[in-house]
Amino acid sequence: MEQRVSFQTKLLHNKWKTDPQTGAVSVPIQHASTFHQFDFDTFGKYDYSRSGNPTREALEETIAALEGGVRGFAFSSGMAAISTAFLLLSKGDHVLVTEDVYGGTYRMITEVLSRFGIEYTFVDMTDLHEVASHIRPNTKVIYVETPSNPLLKVTDIRGIVKLAKANGCLTFLDNTFMTPALQRPLDLGVDVVLHSATKFLAGHSDVVAGLAVVKDEELAKQLYKLQNAFGAVLGVQDAWLVLRGLKTLHVRLKQSSESAFAIARYLASHPKVEEVFYPGLTHHPGHSVQRYQASGFGAVLSFRLADEEAARTFVKHVRIPVFAVSLGAVESILSYPAKMSHAAMPKEERERRGITDGLLRLSVGLEATDDLIADFEQALSHVKETPAVSAR
Amino acid sequence: MEKVETLLAQIGNRSDTVTGTVNPPVYFSTAYRHAGIGQSTGFDYIRTGNPTRKIVEEAIAKLEGGDQGYAFSSGMAAIQTVLALFESGDEFLVSADLYGGTYRLFERGWRKYGLSFQYVDFRDMQLVENSITEKTKAIFLETPTNPLMQETDIAEVAKLAKKHGLLLIVDNTFYTPVLQRPIEQGADIVIHSATKYLGGHNDVLAGLVVARGEDLCQRLAEYQNAIGAVLSPFDSWLLIRGMKTLALRMRQHEENAKRISEFLAAHEDITDVLYPGRGGMLSFRLREEKWVNRFLQSLRLITFAESLGGVESFITYPATQTHADIPEEIRIANGVCNRLLRFSVGIEHVEDLIADLSQALQKMKEV
Repeated sequence: MEQRVSFQTKLLHNKWKTDPQTGAVSVPIQHASTFHQFDFDTFGKYDYSRSGNPTREALEETIAALEGGVRGFAFSSGMAAISTAFLLLSKGDHVLVTEDVYGGTYRMITEVLSRFGIEYTFVDMTDLHEVASHIRPNTKVIYVETPSNPLLKVTDIRGIVKLAKANGCLTFLDNTFMTPALQRPLDLGVDVVLHSATKFLAGHSDVVAGLAVVKDEELAKQLYKLQNAFGAVLGVQDAWLVLRGLKTLHVRLKQSSESAFAIARYLASHPKVEEVFYPGLTHHPGHSVQRYQASGFGAVLSFRLADEEAARTFVKHVRIPVFAVSLGAVESILSYPAKMSHAAMPKEERERRGITDGLLRLSVGLEATDDLIADFEQALSHVKETPAVSAR
Repeated sequence: MEKVETLLAQIGNRSDTVTGTVNPPVYFSTAYRHAGIGQSTGFDYIRTGNPTRKIVEEAIAKLEGGDQGYAFSSGMAAIQTVLALFESGDEFLVSADLYGGTYRLFERGWRKYGLSFQYVDFRDMQLVENSITEKTKAIFLETPTNPLMQETDIAEVAKLAKKHGLLLIVDNTFYTPVLQRPIEQGADIVIHSATKYLGGHNDVLAGLVVARGEDLCQRLAEYQNAIGAVLSPFDSWLLIRGMKTLALRMRQHEENAKRISEFLAAHEDITDVLYPGRGGMLSFRLREEKWVNRFLQSLRLITFAESLGGVESFITYPATQTHADIPEEIRIANGVCNRLLRFSVGIEHVEDLIADLSQALQKMKEV
């Protein structure tokens, strides 16, 4: 498809829209693990499915086009994508990581990479001076998540890229919360975009998958070598399910973001809610940067109730959202970071980062906004009034 | 009751009480163990009932406001099973403008067994009433019709059906329960080709039926099991997955279709646009028959294919595709002429679709 079309249309119309042999409008699932070679001397494009598979390739080329990269890579989970990308590093290298990084990435860096002599420092990425002051001569990667999980802190992508380029580092960015529908990091100079495709990209809580996209041919070659050598590739059935999910990405994200905005405003005006974290709210510290570097605010928000008891009461009475880990699905998902995504973190460390016992994270699904707000209204009515100051 | 968007997004959630999975499992098991004699779990043999299929069946029943839902291996299998309710000698009144596959099933299939079908224009209710005979047992409606997009007042027809003791069957494929709920207007049975909007991604073949009334529901369950044209567990699951985004897809289809109908109506090489003002389907006629093939070949974005209701835009040529099995003189007399094209408007950006139509409408005239 040479014509220039909008992102919304590109989700449906790309070189994979019809099968060249049969005209089928849905990509076939190629279960074959190996491929017959027609010529003794010259092998075809596909030989073994770990190295390359037509169904997985359809997904890889699709995500590359959507992110504006030269090549995409599909992995068996978001962590497999992130871990494989980290294999670009060598012993003695140093990586700077956003301090409120996802717990799984935190574990990979502190418990696995550290054993191979890769050094790390966690920094507050919203403070560019802080980032600059921690760059060392052996720093090779700056690893960013924006907006961050669960406090939705916004990092200035261009600012980080400038620092990285000046110091000869690569920038990795986890784009799971935004997806290319709202934020295209490669256009802003990022080198490697990573995704837990389990979330908004696939969107239906029914497939675990990870994706990586790069813009540079040389980097693409290196990452391909690692994908093939390490072998944590995505299965074909799952690749197909992600492709199917992508077709409705635009409409899903549009609906969920609209609802998230309305819910954030509703919660912000509720007396029992102490604080709401959503980059769409004008008082959010990252609001203007977010507006500048992304085309929307996404469908995830967090909010703080008084304490654990308040959170417990709310969760007990809420009827529509499922109470579970994960996000980015057709169903609304309510999470409790203190005991879920950040359970592994010591309490003081967790609270220092703002993840208090009253904090809840909400991934907004496709239910009618009014139904969700009505549900929260009744659940909040069971929460006790905030204790008086004297109670302290 | 919760709104339709909420019902759709939550299909199958909380269905598994053991693991808490938010997505219903696909049960491939063909048989189900019983703890002892007479101790069925509610599932015995996959054809009779399957936990994954049950979720989609209950969902469509709730969405359509009926008592029970049934899933079949295709829309035609759904119609076939509904017709098993009747016997030799029974007569039907049917929408004159009708999907070719339904016409074929009636004329080449059931006529052999002694059922007969009278095709009438439901815009003329007097004509409909005059066509009822002693043997008439049911009315089979498509609304809007395919491909001429004529809407029928279901409540009016239901009144007539009630007066004469007829069963009212409505094919709700084009509108889905998001836009039209025939049972609430008095229909007894609703049929869907779920391959279309309900599945929505052009990748699953399925049919659904919803009925109301205990006796009717029980008989349909018996025939579903006896005939056995049931939907497979994996396809049931894919259909559930598709239905979760139905409401927002329909909204986008409709928004796009409205804009496109305006664009086409204003185009000098198009003589008519048939769009009822709702939904994502429309038909239009080119001024010259000789332009049709060239127009279809010039489309770059929109796919020339049969079927409808998917996220991708499709244009169909009823004369050689969906309605090829209707004899030419009947087809043309009904208005499905050789200049008619049917457009299933997808969820792409509407400007991209209009740009594609514009260039194809231009190119079709270049020789």
